[in-house]
Amino acid sequence: MKKVVFLFGLLIFLSQVMNSCGKRSENPEPEPTGNTPTLLQWTKPAYFPDPVYDLSKNPLTVEGVELGRFLFYDGILSRTDKIGCGTCHQQVAAFTHHGHDLSHGVDDQLGTRNSPSVQNLAWNKSFFWDGGVHDMDLVPPVPIQNPVEMGERVGNVIEKLRKTPVAGAAKQVNYPKMFKAAFGTDEINADRMMKALSQFMMTIVSATSKYDYYLKGDASALTAQEKAGMTLFKQKCGSCHSSELFTDFSFRNNGLIPNKINDQGRYAITLNENDRLKFKVPSLRNVGLTAPYMHDGRFTTLQEVLDHYANDQNSGQDSIYMSPTLDPILNAAGQKHGIALSNAEKQSIIAFLRTLNDDQLMNDKRFSDPGVGTSF
Amino acid sequence: MKRIFSFLLPLSLIAAVSLFVWSCDNDDDPGTTPTENGRLRVAFSNKMGSKELKLGTETYVNQAGEPFTVSKLNYFVSNIKLIKTDGSNFVVPQDSSYFLIREANEASQLVTINHVPVGEYSGIEFTIGVDSLRSVSDISKRKGILDKDSGPTNQEEMYWDWNPGYIFLKLEGSSDSATSSNGKFYYHIGGFGGLVEKTLNNIRTTKIDFGSKKAKVTDTAIPEIHLNADILKVFNGPTTLSIKANTSVMYLPISKNIADNYVNMFSLDQIDAN
Repeated sequence: MKKVVFLFGLLIFLSQVMNSCGKRSENPEPEPTGNTPTLLQWTKPAYFPDPVYDLSKNPLTVEGVELGRFLFYDGILSRTDKIGCGTCHQQVAAFTHHGHDLSHGVDDQLGTRNSPSVQNLAWNKSFFWDGGVHDMDLVPPVPIQNPVEMGERVGNVIEKLRKTPVAGAAKQVNYPKMFKAAFGTDEINADRMMKALSQFMMTIVSATSKYDYYLKGDASALTAQEKAGMTLFKQKCGSCHSSELFTDFSFRNNGLIPNKINDQGRYAITLNENDRLKFKVPSLRNVGLTAPYMHDGRFTTLQEVLDHYANDQNSGQDSIYMSPTLDPILNAAGQKHGIALSNAEKQSIIAFLRTLNDDQLMNDKRFSDPGVGTSF
Repeated sequence: MKRIFSFLLPLSLIAAVSLFVWSCDNDDDPGTTPTENGRLRVAFSNKMGSKELKLGTETYVNQAGEPFTVSKLNYFVSNIKLIKTDGSNFVVPQDSSYFLIREANEASQLVTINHVPVGEYSGIEFTIGVDSLRSVSDISKRKGILDKDSGPTNQEEMYWDWNPGYIFLKLEGSSDSATSSNGKFYYHIGGFGGLVEKTLNNIRTTKIDFGSKKAKVTDTAIPEIHLNADILKVFNGPTTLSIKANTSVMYLPISKNIADNYVNMFSLDQIDAN
């Protein structure tokens, strides 16, 4: 209560101070230029929680989202002008890097973790496998400035964008014009660039899978096996992969044997011993399309993933790595480590997981490369 | 989100209030604050023991007996406070109190402080690094040298994107003792205490007493305080830092020991009255 009184007192003081310099309250925003961007209504699927991202500080506009889409795919964001966000976050693979266990960047360099899906980010309170970043607007500089991913400096990207359109370029993109359409003036700066990228990423919402149609009332959308798989999934996997986003957004140690570089995951952010070997629980939406799996892409199939959780990998040998931070769910007293699953149960769960594939999203032209991207 | 707020909200409110207070002061007619027209300069001279630091060419030896050369040295100095002979303080307005000293950029080593009250100063206090509040404030409050996306801080890579926060001190060089494949060592020291939970805090504050020397700020005299920064102290201090044992230190627990070493690296060389 004392704290509340203190805060209230501060607020009163603050408002008085603000009043005392009332002459500064004039709005410094530039005059409207006539071509105001068109507001875009963002609506969440009814059965999703409220979004985490604060749209009031970055309202979506048609022009802002379109600018974000170009920026997302354009290799100009990288040092070599070849690697765009869309290179490692391909629409066809639910915005992951199909077939790549580790992220693959400029000059064919390799990162240390698997490229995560860029979908439903609106609900993420932290980003990346270790959750080091807490604001979507701070996400793009991480791959852009990582020397083995896009290997560029944001400052240089801004300079390059200002110099467009580039004479002789295969695809003529006039970024000053696009920034003007999105933000009212042709000023290009990092703040606007990140906001445009966030606007585009906000629109990538996966909620049109077979499972979603089932949720919305179409009981025939799922087969009997898929429904059985759903029931099993909720029992066996739902404590971590919870809610309609299929994650509780926590960080957990799921018993993977530490990899060669001994990636300690969340520990690298908090330096808390209790966080060793913990990684973010990923959403399982589109999981049928996002192979390979785990933070380092060590498993190529869902079968391998379930074999790991069921501790059935190494023909009888314990494949759950024991360490002090191992999730208690995988370490129940008096039984084999892991989650008991019969082979038939695994097949049902896999059948259910595939109903989370959102083919509509994969084919939606609004999220496609406008012709500026590079894929490999 | 709630956790972030409970941790930082009271602090940010105080900051918001103080920013408003200052912006009001700043708006005042220049005529009403005639005493704050003084100026003062602080010159940072980076040394290796008694020798001038020279990038690339010179070889130095640390307390662990390891010879090395230096290719890069940058550090943030912020929240400067000047201590008057009468014991009172002049706190440099925070918005004008962030500097990135770069060995490769001579201009960055001379810091000018404007609007200093006329008087006699006997000491200086400052933060090595960037305070926690500014580290997490909205990017609109982090322009100029604190702009993580352009200018020197972006070019010199003085900001961690993956674990957002400034790198307070960056020292890189080469040594036969380094265990890296390229023979280089890397010390990137940062950590403001954590956004959602308490973690590594390498913010350090140093206070230098000028002793018998004084800096006299008058309407015409702009004294220049020459500080030495003995970079050997990064290695030599309460902890003997060995390049062989710790070739690369970034966001790691041992960085605390390095911050505790370099907090002692500043000393007064001389004061020019000018």
